[in-house]
Amino acid sequence: MRRTRVAAAAAVTVSLLTAVTACGGGSSTSGGSDDSPKTLTYWASNQGASIQVDKKVLQPELDKFEKQTGIKVKLEVVPWSDLLNRILTATTSGQGPDVLNIGNTWSASLQATGALLPWDAKNLAKIGGKDRFVDSALGSTGAEGKDPAAVPLYSMSYALYYNKQIFADAGISQPPATWEELVADGKKIKAKGKNPLGAEGANLSENIHHVFVFAKQHGADFFTADGKPDFTNDKAVAAVKQYVDLMAKDKAIPAGNAEYAQNQSVSDFAKGKTAMLLWQSAAANLKSQGMAEDAYGVAPVPVQSGTPGTGTQVNSMVAGINMAVFKNTHNLDGATSFVKFMTSDAEQKVLNKAYSSIPPVKAAQSDPAFNSGATAVLKQTLATSAAALPQVADESQFETTVGTAVKELFADAAGGRSVTTASVKAKLDKAQQQMPKK
Amino acid sequence: MTTTAPAREPAVRKDPPGAARGPRRRPGRLRRVTLPYLLLLPALILELLVHLVPMVIGVVMSFKELTQFYIRDWGTAPWSGLDNYKVSVDFDAPVGEALLHSFLVTVVFTLLSVALCWLIGTAAALCMQDTFRGRGLLRALFLVPYALPVYAAVITWVFMFQHDNGLVNHVLHDQLHLTEGRSFWLIGDNSFFALLTVSVWKGWPFAFLIVMAGLQNIPKELYEAAALDGAGMWQRVRRITLPSLRPVNQVLVLVLFLWTFNDFNTPFVLFGRGAPRAADLISVHIYEASFVTWNFGTGSAMSVLLLLFLLVVTGVYLALTSRERTGRRARTGPRRTEERADV
Repeated sequence: MRRTRVAAAAAVTVSLLTAVTACGGGSSTSGGSDDSPKTLTYWASNQGASIQVDKKVLQPELDKFEKQTGIKVKLEVVPWSDLLNRILTATTSGQGPDVLNIGNTWSASLQATGALLPWDAKNLAKIGGKDRFVDSALGSTGAEGKDPAAVPLYSMSYALYYNKQIFADAGISQPPATWEELVADGKKIKAKGKNPLGAEGANLSENIHHVFVFAKQHGADFFTADGKPDFTNDKAVAAVKQYVDLMAKDKAIPAGNAEYAQNQSVSDFAKGKTAMLLWQSAAANLKSQGMAEDAYGVAPVPVQSGTPGTGTQVNSMVAGINMAVFKNTHNLDGATSFVKFMTSDAEQKVLNKAYSSIPPVKAAQSDPAFNSGATAVLKQTLATSAAALPQVADESQFETTVGTAVKELFADAAGGRSVTTASVKAKLDKAQQQMPKK
Repeated sequence: MTTTAPAREPAVRKDPPGAARGPRRRPGRLRRVTLPYLLLLPALILELLVHLVPMVIGVVMSFKELTQFYIRDWGTAPWSGLDNYKVSVDFDAPVGEALLHSFLVTVVFTLLSVALCWLIGTAAALCMQDTFRGRGLLRALFLVPYALPVYAAVITWVFMFQHDNGLVNHVLHDQLHLTEGRSFWLIGDNSFFALLTVSVWKGWPFAFLIVMAGLQNIPKELYEAAALDGAGMWQRVRRITLPSLRPVNQVLVLVLFLWTFNDFNTPFVLFGRGAPRAADLISVHIYEASFVTWNFGTGSAMSVLLLLFLLVVTGVYLALTSRERTGRRARTGPRRTEERADV
């Protein structure tokens, strides 16, 4: 009796110990393999109005791919709030999807982890070569001088969305082309009891996208040429102050927007509460919120003076989604052919139409759908006056620290505290001190 | 054990006293001594696996420079000695200053939250002590905040705290005209009070539940005797209820303290990334330091410091309260007669 009990306890112990050591196996550092050639796991980012919408858009295309190649793609649409954490966890454990979408601004950061398959000339050749893609989109696929960590999938740019009715009521005949005009128009709009401009003051990424453009317009950069953070130079401080002043001084952005982080500003615009919105590819989102397409107009984002272009005339970041292959994939060939499928001319047209984005593939851009109305403005901006966010390994940290600084400045402005050059500089200095030391 | 021992005694006694006695019993004794440990072993190993191994890994990580460049194979991350700790406790530099500030905010927040949770929970439990119509219903109602899924409950509070069309501003400003303008609750300094409100709302039902259970164990006779002696309501609470609840409260306050101090869900759902400075709780702060800035080494060092602090607090608290209790027990006899004489 006792002996069997001892033996049983020993057996349990041994089996548990093997479980422990099995857990310890962890990540392998080797590249991918072709162990399971018939399946793929794909993490898609949330591009449509909801995750359900995305599934409806993507599933038919995945079925098409299965018919062509016999490879079944397991789709998971990951919300933006989780995506980066999920990728980091997958990187740490080595257990992740085969193919995934990443925000193009993360390219260099994720490239530094070594978790993504580098798109060298050989790999790029498998999907038709580098030349198929638009240059501006390729500029956001990883650090300069390194093989891209991902390939462009959807491209977007910022535009000024304005409510035609509110503009007409306020006697404004055309959308503002400079910030000065925007502020002046804002006063007319306020007189009519509407809010001039919406913003997501507590959304760190949105804050970054805007202050980046303002910095460009002031001729500033947040990183030095050799990739060191330089947040406190006078021009960068002036740029951040100009953006926050839209709330603090000009009162164009209502104070309540300081706490917005869940796209409430889009809802406000769709409901006709605010007259203007700076957003990327908002058409599908506005439609899902019940705003008719002819109720709003789309214009380029204002500049300091003159017309949008390069250098200080930049008026948008190069926004977009890239597609990457996880280095630990068990189906390397399948993953590559899936990327080839998703970046093919035909799929690019289907997908980018569904998400009201711009195809980063040159051949797909000629489709008339991308050359009319709102989309034409976005395309024009991307082609002529958009700049890529800094492609440095610390980009994610930059978004967090400077994004938080801007969020705090908005909170100050909303709470009635004054926003001065000194207070902006102090916040940016704190942000810079929190950047990783090298 | 107690049942087998007497049966064995006579058998031993029959044995002639000699050398054979010891060796013959030893295997049995060995087995008797080792078996409990063997049976405990699986639980011990699971405990090690679930609690201790991750903790040890965390401690190891805190001595490494574990940034994005190494997370893929963190064995290759270079050792950084005490650098992560130095950065964390350098209170003149922004990282250390922010950590200290977050720590102080957390301490104040936790003390207030635990005190309020305990006060409201105990008061409610005392009110519910006597039977009355609808007591069961009220008790169930009081437990709702505790039973709700955290995310659903806190996101509802987020809507209520909104600046433009939240319920809180509607009541405070539009209806009661208590504030001059609409206040911000989710950003700026007020966020501390928003966080405290949600935390207390979520936490007091637990105190209520535990105190209610503790009250069931106080003998009715004590109250009856006190009533006969003419003790009023307040005296009964002070002289009978609270002393009798002491052991329950000791555990309750400790558990509430640890939970509140470590609470991650409430601040994270309430404020998202980049919590306002006034409500920058340490758990979220450490999360930001590691997950958002991708520096897991510094994050781990901060976690280890937090663990040490909580260990010290728990140890001191337990030592103090148990000493106090034994001291009190020794004094109980004479004091009770004194009290009688007073009344």
